[in-house]
Amino acid sequence: MSAQFLQFLLAGLTVGAIYALVALGFSIIYNASHVINFAQGEFVMIGGMTTVSFTAIGWPLPLAIAVAVLAAALVGLALEKFAVEPARGASVVTLIIITIGASILLRGLATIVWDKNIHAVAAFSGEAPIRFGGATLVPQSLWVMGITLVIVLLLTWFFGRTLIGKALLATSHNRLAAQLVGISVRKVLLASFGLSAALGAVAGILVAPITFTSWDVGVMLGLKGFAAAILGGLGSGAGAVLGGLLLGLIEAMGAGYVSSAYKDVIAFVIILAVLFFMPSGLLGKRSTDRV
Amino acid sequence: MPAFRILPRSGGLAALALVVLLLPLFLTNNYYYEVVILVGLNAIVCVGLNLLIGYAGQISLGHAGFFGLGAYGSAILTARYGWPPVGAMVATTLGVAALAYLIGRPILRLRGHYLAMATLGMGIIISIVVTTEDRYTGGPDGMAVPALTAFGLKLAGEHLWYWVVGGALLVAVWLALNLVDSPHGRALRALHGSEVGAEVAGIDSARHKVRVFVISAVYASIAGSLAAHYSGFITPSKVTFFHSIELVTMVVFGGMASTFGGVIGAAVLTTLPQALTVFKEYEMVVFGAVMMLTMIFMPKGLVPTIAAYFASRRGAGKSPEDSAGKGPGPVSP
Repeated sequence: MSAQFLQFLLAGLTVGAIYALVALGFSIIYNASHVINFAQGEFVMIGGMTTVSFTAIGWPLPLAIAVAVLAAALVGLALEKFAVEPARGASVVTLIIITIGASILLRGLATIVWDKNIHAVAAFSGEAPIRFGGATLVPQSLWVMGITLVIVLLLTWFFGRTLIGKALLATSHNRLAAQLVGISVRKVLLASFGLSAALGAVAGILVAPITFTSWDVGVMLGLKGFAAAILGGLGSGAGAVLGGLLLGLIEAMGAGYVSSAYKDVIAFVIILAVLFFMPSGLLGKRSTDRV
Repeated sequence: MPAFRILPRSGGLAALALVVLLLPLFLTNNYYYEVVILVGLNAIVCVGLNLLIGYAGQISLGHAGFFGLGAYGSAILTARYGWPPVGAMVATTLGVAALAYLIGRPILRLRGHYLAMATLGMGIIISIVVTTEDRYTGGPDGMAVPALTAFGLKLAGEHLWYWVVGGALLVAVWLALNLVDSPHGRALRALHGSEVGAEVAGIDSARHKVRVFVISAVYASIAGSLAAHYSGFITPSKVTFFHSIELVTMVVFGGMASTFGGVIGAAVLTTLPQALTVFKEYEMVVFGAVMMLTMIFMPKGLVPTIAAYFASRRGAGKSPEDSAGKGPGPVSP
């Protein structure tokens, strides 16, 4: 394995882990409510920008991060409560437009609360690159991959072992049946938005020291997260992680070996090709059509 | 095939023609003309897109790509290769139709969010290619486009363009209304209701979906060609994902499966940002809020909601839900 390949691999896994977190957010909300939340990228932005604000006034990083994740989760709850809940029963396209409206609103608020500048966040543990098999790695990459791994394990535990996690799963399988066994579907919906927003915020905070953050950072990350969720198969947690990592790797390899201007084109062409042969993504459920 | 009707659902089209005729009385300066021309161009795209989204129920988050291909096709052929503008526009439209057919065949097998993703990807690919191939397109800086000349006449000035775009819009709406009432239109509404049901009834859903996809792409491409010649300069900003979203928003905002809804949606959402500039830094906030509130309280869009309101007031014994078209094949004039 050449050093160059290793370098691209590490870069791909780092950015892929971020995509995976955003894609998980898409999948969780989709599972609970069948809504594609196009404001998912804005949670990423809120996470990063809030962290910038609180570290700037001298709060210690862990505290700033906690507040930022909480802030994003509250915005997520508000989005469900005031925008998605009142529009229950609307068509898929209408719901997509509502969440796009929300993303524009949140971006507009961000330019007022903060500004239109690009902000840096200090790396969690220094900037000194680590040499690794001929490739170099910034410590923040390890944080990104490590925390993503921890979150994936936590989510596995959450959905497999806790009551609310199981309630979320049950709602995604059959909403009416879940209601019949006494699950409060409304609370489940709220929880799914809160959880997704928190995941998005974590992604935004983790990636901010590497790529900087700004009011419109969520647009591209949101799109990539959506692409990753679709690539892996909408609604599948493992699919979201797989889709995110694959998308990151495709981009890194495409940029490294083919053309950095066309890395997104390469990624989307591959996604289209996958969908051509697997119309429900890599791990998605086969959809059946009932008359 | 029923005969092509000169005035299908004649009331609406006549009203639109009247608006186009009388509007210049209220346009007191060139800036108003500019805005209205922009409305007309967007409305043409939306009428086509509404056939795809509203009637056939197939989402596209990439139609700005077709708009952009139309614009850049005309621009490159006229500016770089010296083609006559009309010839360039025809060739571009044919090219876009062929491309839409080739893309549509595999893509339209996908459903719902997967189709949204695929069309979004298609739009982004087009957008990146346009931005990167700067030898032909001028890259992010854009390129100049020669004026539209036809039969030795040079089309210039807001007033002349107003009539060209207004005429094009009327033709676009007229064709769309005819299409909706044709067997093809009925097939689209049937497969919107249930694809399996439509196929059981003998409708080749794949063929009809691809056909309407091509038609909507052609609408967007022609509007793009006109827009390029009108403004004399194009940049990749009209090819972006945002513009695709704007177009879909106009359709949904005005009313899905309502041809005039597309026109109204384009009119409101094109003029709104112009009006919102008074809010300065709050512009985005207000725009996002308007989008959200309209869709929350009028999930079927402006025109069907208002039509249903009047229908229920007239007390025709129909509840608003009925006339807004809940079942398969919702139609409102």
